[in-house]
Amino acid sequence: MAKVPVQFTLNGEEKADFVDGGATLLKVLREKVGDTSAKAGCQQGTCGSCSVIIDGELRLSCLTLAETCGGAEIHTTGGLATDGVLHPLQRAFMDEFAAQCGFCTPGMIMAAKVLLDRNPNPSHEDVVEALSGNVCRCTGYEPIIRAVLTAARSNSQNAA
Amino acid sequence: MTIRRGRGVAAVNYPTGMNLGGDPSQALVHSTPTGNFMVTLSSVDLGQGLKQVMAQICAETIGVKTEQVIIDTADTDTGPHCMGTFASRGTHRIGNAVIQAAREARQVMLEVAAEALEVDAGDLDTDGDGNIHVKGAPQKSISIFDTALMAHFKLGRSISGRGMFLVPRSYPEVETGAMKPSTCYAHACTVAEVDVDDETGEVTVISMKNVFEIGRALNPKMVEQQLVGGSWMGISHALYETTEPYYPKRDHAGTDFNEYLMPGPGDIAPTEIIVLERPAEDGPYGAKGPGEMCANPQIPALANAIFDAVGVRIDMMPITPERILRALREKQAA
Amino acid sequence: MKLAKSYFADQRTDDLKELGQGLPRSDVPGHVTGKTTYFADRTFPGMLYLKMVRSPHHHARIRSVDLSDAEKHPGVHRILTHKDIPHNLYTILILIQVGPEDEHVLAEDKVRWKGEAVVAVLADSERAANEAAAKVKVDYEVLPDVLDIDSALAPGAPIVNEHHGQNYYMYDSGQSRKVRYGDVEKGFAEADHILEQTYYSSPIEQAPMETTGCIVTPDGNDRFTCYTNTQAMFFTLDNTSIILQMPGHKLHMVGGTVGGGFGGKVDVTVEPIAILAAKLTGRPVSFIYGRYEEMQISSPRAAEKIVLKDGVMKDGRIVARQVWGYTDAGAYSRHSPYGAQKGAAHYPGPYTIPNVWVDTWCVYTNRTPSSAMRGFGVTIADFALEVQMDKLARLIGMDPLEFRFINAYRDGDMKAHRQPTTGAALIECMQEASRVANWPIAEKYLEMSSYKEV
Repeated sequence: MAKVPVQFTLNGEEKADFVDGGATLLKVLREKVGDTSAKAGCQQGTCGSCSVIIDGELRLSCLTLAETCGGAEIHTTGGLATDGVLHPLQRAFMDEFAAQCGFCTPGMIMAAKVLLDRNPNPSHEDVVEALSGNVCRCTGYEPIIRAVLTAARSNSQNAA
Repeated sequence: MTIRRGRGVAAVNYPTGMNLGGDPSQALVHSTPTGNFMVTLSSVDLGQGLKQVMAQICAETIGVKTEQVIIDTADTDTGPHCMGTFASRGTHRIGNAVIQAAREARQVMLEVAAEALEVDAGDLDTDGDGNIHVKGAPQKSISIFDTALMAHFKLGRSISGRGMFLVPRSYPEVETGAMKPSTCYAHACTVAEVDVDDETGEVTVISMKNVFEIGRALNPKMVEQQLVGGSWMGISHALYETTEPYYPKRDHAGTDFNEYLMPGPGDIAPTEIIVLERPAEDGPYGAKGPGEMCANPQIPALANAIFDAVGVRIDMMPITPERILRALREKQAA
Repeated sequence: MKLAKSYFADQRTDDLKELGQGLPRSDVPGHVTGKTTYFADRTFPGMLYLKMVRSPHHHARIRSVDLSDAEKHPGVHRILTHKDIPHNLYTILILIQVGPEDEHVLAEDKVRWKGEAVVAVLADSERAANEAAAKVKVDYEVLPDVLDIDSALAPGAPIVNEHHGQNYYMYDSGQSRKVRYGDVEKGFAEADHILEQTYYSSPIEQAPMETTGCIVTPDGNDRFTCYTNTQAMFFTLDNTSIILQMPGHKLHMVGGTVGGGFGGKVDVTVEPIAILAAKLTGRPVSFIYGRYEEMQISSPRAAEKIVLKDGVMKDGRIVARQVWGYTDAGAYSRHSPYGAQKGAAHYPGPYTIPNVWVDTWCVYTNRTPSSAMRGFGVTIADFALEVQMDKLARLIGMDPLEFRFINAYRDGDMKAHRQPTTGAALIECMQEASRVANWPIAEKYLEMSSYKEV
């Protein structure tokens, strides 16, 4: 199969590799780059477990061809903590007991991060809207919504 | 078009564990040279928090902090046999095995400390904060750290324990069905309130009030996780879910999360949860299995609330708007 | 969540230190940083991907299988058929002597449900495996099928599974698991009202976010390590040992960190074939269900049909309850004979009824085999029981909640399967529900207790 060169930054670090034509970004991140934080929940764009941030936009890495990511800035939950310090969203997911099996959690956190980056003081409805592409089977969503609102509050307290 | 409100109640019980050729689980506990404790299992954490609750059970029994306990599971080369994670058996069966193993390890630990302090092991107690002391004389004490070092390097004793919990197999009596299929029972009562749109058949869950009795809540935050998620799944089962919407026909079968319907974050019902604790005589520190029971009472409570609202009985799950609407049309025609 | 501490306070000593505390979960830092290792977060050099060729028919005879085009497809390493499986006919519960063996790992002469595995393709990429699987030619002779409980039990119905010989599981008690307690006919004769109703459910998917799967590596010493998300490590190991006729000490299962199960990962469907593939190719093998397979191939919660017949007195006492419960097992047993039996012991629900008669059936149809799910054998029974309770209350003009108090079981009451009730708490749950939901009930019910005065 024809290999395609691709170069992007992942959580601020330069990555370059030859990938199979047609390979998804999800597969490349997990199997070639070694960042397994994005999960393969359905590989057909219906569950959100593979969510990553590409150039500031929330994207499903299972529906994104790796070869289209040349020059892109990609962020994943795997790179969200800086120098071992958790992001407020990660902290809030812990404090609010918003993760059970944890499989949807990295995708949920990506969706929430894109929301908070754009809207630091979201309403309950804003959070629901932002998470509506991400499926969770364990929690009933309530603690996840609470965690995102808690993270937003702690962000605004830190800013103040 | 009218929005009609109704409410319904349901009450259920649920057996802990199962009766499949006997119901065993094992646990091994040992201390490290510096007085941390390893629990070795082959039990599976599906996400419900089995590892955390086993660490707390072990810590409580030995008399140390939970963070000093490491759970090593599930590797069949190292972990002793566990039947598996199902039938609400995890906390109860594996917890009992961990208690037995931890008690044995605690006894050795106290014997080692007794030698160091030159007292009788029966006179010693743990303070839960890393020390062993003489009952009534807290100044006469030794740390668990030093006790473990001494066991390893001076006395040559293994601070360890073996735990096994078995519910023996029960063969149902052929004529009468007399059998012992499980152990303790959890309980629940749910009151559901709904609005039903009699033009579209659409159901909005106005409130879901759940009362659960689960023995002891060993970690109330994790119990809450189970119960909130379970209540959501109950609503989902009642109103949305099936792989075969026109069973027994095989068409319209869902193959992904766009076609297989479940309530999303925008559809969640205001949910209240109250927990009663009647300790189970045979449970680890009184616990029963809450994992499955919590998703059951919402289904009939919703069915009964829908009848209360619009006067039609949908005796087939799931109770979809289509089924409600067809029933309303039939009722009008009659 | 609120803990209602006033109930059963006399039975608790609140002296626990580490328990009773909402301590943070030690695994969650891994979840929120994406560092938790699930079985599929591993990649091995030279890994092969396994894809199943599955039956497009509900019921068909296999005339022939032609692998020639598929074998030539670039990237294909090996294609497995039933001839490669040492002990191809299995059933999961044979471990506890619940037979007969009734299911093929890979189909031989027949397929009995739409989706049944026929041929396993191993290729060096998922894409090549999928493309090659599409080139496998199976010639089927379509047979008449039965797709629901009633047609399966109708006289002259096509036989779904010859290993059973009839379309239901044969228990030692006959065609159903039976519970007989008191005399239901006498109870019905005394009753003021009799109500018989039928309840149905459709199959439900467990839908864990992580699909069923495993990755196997040959250790080089004729042992195999299988990273799996099974819910039961030794169930998987022991069944694999039987199917592959491989001593258990050659198998090493690693798991325990799973992205949700809900009962959907109790069957043993991926590990035996993946381990065999690793053995025959000497390569690591990945076999992971896609979401389509998780939804339509992996065992769902069974469809059920439940008939309840109750005799009730005007004063609210239920004096007889008769139950016919039918579980649609699909084409194979898996855990369904046990699930139906669990249902038999669950009736008549948390109520004390003097006359109870239960028959639960495990019925075979040409559908996806059903198996365990959260509430196995109980969830649908509770739906039927509790809707029936509502109907009975309205039939005699009684408040549905008060009606349940009249019949609620209490400590010491004998259950239909002849176990005395211990640790009852239904009454207290209902009392608290009446308070929290503002559902008024008579004072006498608020004064009741699950404890029985001696």
